[in-house]
Amino acid sequence: MNSKIMMNPSTQTSKHIPRKLSKPLVCLVLLQLSGCASIGVQPWERQLLAQDSMSLNSEAVEVGLDEHIYFSKEATSGGRAFAGGGCGCN
Amino acid sequence: MQLEKNIPIAAALAAATCALLGAPNAKAEESQEPWAIDTAILYYGETDRVSVVEGVLNASKDFGDEHIFNGKLVLDTLTGASASGAVAQPGVQSFTRPSGKGSYEVNGGETPLDDTFQDTRVQVSGQWTQPLWENTRGSSGLNFSKEYDYLSIGANGSIAKDFDRKNRTLSLGLSYQYDSIDPVGGAPVPFSNMLLRSNFDSDDGFDESFADTRQDGSQDKTTIDVLLGLTQTINKRMIMQLNYGLSVSDGYLNDPYKILSLVNEEGLTESLVYENRPDKRTKHNIYWQTKYAMDSSVIDVSYRFSTDDWDINSHTIDSRLRFNLSDTSYIQPHFRYYQQEAAEFYTPFLNSGDSLPTYASSDYRLGEMTAVTLGLKYGQILSNGHEWGVRLEYYQQSPKNSGFDAPGTLQNEDLYPSVKAVIAQLSYSF
Repeated sequence: MNSKIMMNPSTQTSKHIPRKLSKPLVCLVLLQLSGCASIGVQPWERQLLAQDSMSLNSEAVEVGLDEHIYFSKEATSGGRAFAGGGCGCN
Repeated sequence: MQLEKNIPIAAALAAATCALLGAPNAKAEESQEPWAIDTAILYYGETDRVSVVEGVLNASKDFGDEHIFNGKLVLDTLTGASASGAVAQPGVQSFTRPSGKGSYEVNGGETPLDDTFQDTRVQVSGQWTQPLWENTRGSSGLNFSKEYDYLSIGANGSIAKDFDRKNRTLSLGLSYQYDSIDPVGGAPVPFSNMLLRSNFDSDDGFDESFADTRQDGSQDKTTIDVLLGLTQTINKRMIMQLNYGLSVSDGYLNDPYKILSLVNEEGLTESLVYENRPDKRTKHNIYWQTKYAMDSSVIDVSYRFSTDDWDINSHTIDSRLRFNLSDTSYIQPHFRYYQQEAAEFYTPFLNSGDSLPTYASSDYRLGEMTAVTLGLKYGQILSNGHEWGVRLEYYQQSPKNSGFDAPGTLQNEDLYPSVKAVIAQLSYSF
């Protein structure tokens, strides 16, 4: 049933979602990929990147606690990870 | 798998999870890698409303060759009051408790809060990650969460592939979540009236009519998430991540404890009805994160744009600056800004002279609002390699009027009260 929804979004509002998303998506992808030839590092240049604090998932416990708060108090969730279901929070 | 007599419980749990997830035989007892344990306790307290105490135990271990298990246990307890959705009135208002047993009163000029919330939740999750073939990793996990009136179980799986000397990673993840909701007193029939005992001659008469406002059995919903990710190392100081997330929820999406006031032209409440939301919701998220390493600090900035078919668009900016005070200590200011538009069916009240809409909710969390978080964390690495930290944050939500004209006496009431909260956390890792 859910896969059917995903494949056939049929609500009126969903028709304009791709248009709303297209500009920021294109800009961010271009930003991300621009100058691809010169970005990146050699394995021996990872001294700073290898620090725990540079991990994109550092402070996972703290971020998890925060996301539970914001999931409960705001209408939007997810982004960094799955939006999911999870609790009947008040 | 043969386990030695004195194998730690955590290792046994890991082995059980690996077996459950179909992972290869992970020989925990032979590994030389120690467990990495993160613990934290958090207090979240709103002024005059909800307070939560939450404890977390997170354990992870590399069993060799990047075969990694992560397990997490969360316990939280919630007490206090939550906005019911009804509007403030000049005089005292009476409300029936969700169970139908008893009532409570709210003084004139005060935002109606339902003070019956008290719950304890336990959440357990396990995740197994391992290489599948060259430069490609797979990860799968299970999660379970239970509170008095809510059960959530889910499974997820993802695959990630590295490119260009591991400077670029593409990932694809899928998640399925099943939630079962068993509200106190039963799930209300949408738009049914909140009945008041004072309007009935006997308990039996009230109980019979109250039962007619309730649906049979528990309610459920499913949520499917798809997450596409791109991670790119920019240079030796900067790394970026870009995610696109699709989330489709289907089923019971109401909050069974939220009501709406039906008000007349003078702004006086004539009756109270339970809310009704659509039973489907499709969300799209774009999330971008950058981390930049300076000589003695790390900047972490992220932005999220979200849109859905309930017409809720939101923007979130989150930033942390980790500044090293010494080789073993740091401070970390935190700033977060959130802004959302109102759902198309959000309304702070209903006009009693109008016919009922198809959907309506006055839950302020679906209304227009901004929210700001300001915080500061201090962390220190001890001589034995363990790390502790403390953080203190202030969180304020500021709901806005998205274009509703308040009739009569409602013009004198605060229909969009702000919510202020403090967040305090202690953490210890070893």
